[in-house]
Amino acid sequence: MALAIGICFLAAFCAPFLYRLLPKWTAGLLALVPLAIFAWLTGQAAGVSGGRSLSQIIPWIQSLGLDLAFRLDGLSWFFALLISGIGALVLFYTQGYFSGHPKQGGFLLCIAAFMASMLGVVLADNIILVFVFWELTSFFSYLLIGFSHESGSARQAALQALLVTSLGGLFLLAGLIMLGEIGGSWSISALLEQGGVIRDHTHYLPMLALICVGCFTKSAQVPFHFWLPKAMHAPAPASAYLHSSTMVKAGIYLLARLHPALGGTTEWGVILTAAGVATFLTGAIMALGQHTLKSLLACTTISALGAMTMLLGIGSPSAIQAMIAFVLAHAFYKATLFMVAGSIEHETSGETSIDRLGGLRKAMPFTFAGALLAGLSMGGFPPFFGFVAKESWLHALDGAPWLMATTALGGAAYMLVGLSVGWKPFTGGIPTGLHACEAPWSMRIGPLILGGSGLVLAGFCGPVGHAVVEPATAAIGQPLHAHLRLWSGWNMPLLISLAALVMGGVLFSMHGRLRSKARALIGLARFGPAAACSTVFKGVLGFAAWQTSHLQTGLLRGYIRLIMLTAIVLAGAALIRSGMLEPFEGLAPVSPQLAIVAVLIAVACFATVHSGSRLRSILAMGFVGFGMALLFAFFGAPDLAMTQMVVEALTVLLMALAFHHLPVFRHRSSQRTRNADLVIALGSGLTITLMMLAALAVQPATPVSDYYVENSWKAAHGRNIVNVILVDFRALDTLGEITVLAIAALGASALLKRCAGKGVP
Amino acid sequence: MTSLIFRTAAHLLFVPMLVFSIYFLLAGHQTPGGGFVGGLMGGAAFSLQALAFDAAAARRRLRIEPGRMAAAGLLIALMSGAPALFLGKPFLTGIWFKAPLGPLTFDLGTPLVFDIGVYLAVMGVLLTLVFALEEKG
Repeated sequence: MALAIGICFLAAFCAPFLYRLLPKWTAGLLALVPLAIFAWLTGQAAGVSGGRSLSQIIPWIQSLGLDLAFRLDGLSWFFALLISGIGALVLFYTQGYFSGHPKQGGFLLCIAAFMASMLGVVLADNIILVFVFWELTSFFSYLLIGFSHESGSARQAALQALLVTSLGGLFLLAGLIMLGEIGGSWSISALLEQGGVIRDHTHYLPMLALICVGCFTKSAQVPFHFWLPKAMHAPAPASAYLHSSTMVKAGIYLLARLHPALGGTTEWGVILTAAGVATFLTGAIMALGQHTLKSLLACTTISALGAMTMLLGIGSPSAIQAMIAFVLAHAFYKATLFMVAGSIEHETSGETSIDRLGGLRKAMPFTFAGALLAGLSMGGFPPFFGFVAKESWLHALDGAPWLMATTALGGAAYMLVGLSVGWKPFTGGIPTGLHACEAPWSMRIGPLILGGSGLVLAGFCGPVGHAVVEPATAAIGQPLHAHLRLWSGWNMPLLISLAALVMGGVLFSMHGRLRSKARALIGLARFGPAAACSTVFKGVLGFAAWQTSHLQTGLLRGYIRLIMLTAIVLAGAALIRSGMLEPFEGLAPVSPQLAIVAVLIAVACFATVHSGSRLRSILAMGFVGFGMALLFAFFGAPDLAMTQMVVEALTVLLMALAFHHLPVFRHRSSQRTRNADLVIALGSGLTITLMMLAALAVQPATPVSDYYVENSWKAAHGRNIVNVILVDFRALDTLGEITVLAIAALGASALLKRCAGKGVP
Repeated sequence: MTSLIFRTAAHLLFVPMLVFSIYFLLAGHQTPGGGFVGGLMGGAAFSLQALAFDAAAARRRLRIEPGRMAAAGLLIALMSGAPALFLGKPFLTGIWFKAPLGPLTFDLGTPLVFDIGVYLAVMGVLLTLVFALEEKG
């Protein structure tokens, strides 16, 4: 499995180069990779249906318990089939859609890498690994949404999607870490065994909330749904793949995967069902007000994701079964419809509004066929798999009349959208100015196969239920004999489905008038989460700008003041809290020479600050340095003294050279500021002194100097211990120091050369 | 334009300062000194020339670009750690051997090479800065 993901990534990164060699067939060749994965997965069908799972573990960071662990059980097998199968068809589709486009190579890279990341999400058995792949999918989806990056709105949509999903990702990480800590392992298989422990823990609710936020942002639940309609700026193949069948399902997948560990409690039920129902209705209402093909589909996707969340929230075995069936049906028909929308847009040179499309059935017969099949499946027409899925959904809601009524309303909206996209653009008269021709074969295959599958699967829904749905539900810990049936007798669900169909037909005929009313409702969104998101965004940027303009004034004295003040406050606070302030015992007596030198240094400091010319200040500072060299000499450190003297002489020289060109010496700050500066300077000196004295009081176990004294001559052939330490015992430190020196010199000379031409020092 | 006394003194002091710097370098292991002070003294020698005459004149005296000198110093210092690796010891372990020269035997070792590297690096760095600043004036 790791191999499969690895090959996908490799293929992704080879795609641009391959595109330069074989522009016409790259996408088709690339599609062979997911096709191969699909074939391999189908080969695993026997094992997975029997309830066995395939595991693969590659050790990675042992100390943190992080392994590259992969697991293929019913649920991940199901999703992996969807990802690879639909991925292959989307790649074929891309060949036609982007033929001749210069950036096709880049697009193929992004979409293949996305496919690999998505496979990683569903196959990973380690929660941190899931998170890594999760973030990778956000990243590649950002690149795909912003693909036509010349358009400002595309960039903005991509950024918004990235920010929302990444913010959710942060919450998710926090929740996953809590889960790992509470459950005691990072491995999903181990965590699923710990369900009882996890659910009873005191931190269950915060952890659940965090994970839910993460999954909700990814799967566009209310209030995080607003990025999905905007994401329609992505090219059609990307939308068909990401925003209908794979990426947005990642949240649903994770919630389903963690269901045995987290699910079943009232909190789980309430949060998920509430969010699900809210999203379902919001999506449906939004869909009623849209007029472009892709936004219609996007809004119904939001609604469908809400339905899946709601079914997960209900959590009974039949609900889970219904959810899996619905995921399957939805993936098929939504991908088809997106591809059809893309084909229409491609062939009519960019026309996407349903008001201006019509009568394309003669020009695009195959596309019409695929679109009609998918549209009817979406609406829940009887012989289609969408109908089967809706039936099992309604069966699961048996006993909750309000939810069933809501489902009926939503179903009506789906019917409307299904007809709007699958029927309306192809029937009726051709509006003036609309020219179209049939899409190339590569763009016809996808819709036909997927649309036709909607019909075929319904015919075989028994075996499908047994082979596909059962292992998936079993993996979530709810073994159930699948009851997917086309006809289960005259009962409530059937009546409700029929009612929804009729309502849908009625709504379709009143679509125009309905749209304006729905638009008014949508206008309320001005106060909704999208507005909140952009307000927060602007607020953060504004705050950053204000803070930067206040802290980064460009004046060196401001920076030094701030640094010194922070250092004094923090170090001083630490000193006081640690109680190390009895410094004045055990100090050596001060001899007269030291006292004299100290006084001279103090006088020199005073002269530095109070002199009237720059040169005098520099000389006075040099005197401070020489005084220190004298102190070193008094304390018996000749190397230090020598080095300090030479360094001081050269520093005076360098400063004199450097300061020569500054403008006339004059006072730049007011007396009050200078008093404040004095306080800060004295404070920092005092703090450092106290720190030094406190440090003296801390005696290490054995002073390291004993070792040096003993071994300096014997092992290192040197009598000058200081030098021996520098070039032998601690040579690595010295190496670092001279590297820093060299870098400083490079930097300084680069800066000086830059100003050389400008005539300004 | 500097005074005649200064220029003459600088001219006369150049060679002694260089000799002193090399003395510090070589004697550093047994008496106060070492690569750092040596490099600083050598740099001071050339800086004096730059002050008294001209940065260009000092550069000509130096004949190598100070930046290259610093880089060469770094390289030598790094390389001095390599023999230890060949002998299977950790990087920068001091390897000593005895070199007979007439009646005397010298203890030579990789720390000396390291010190030479330090010397060149410090001198190169200092001269880069001094020449750059002097030339801007």
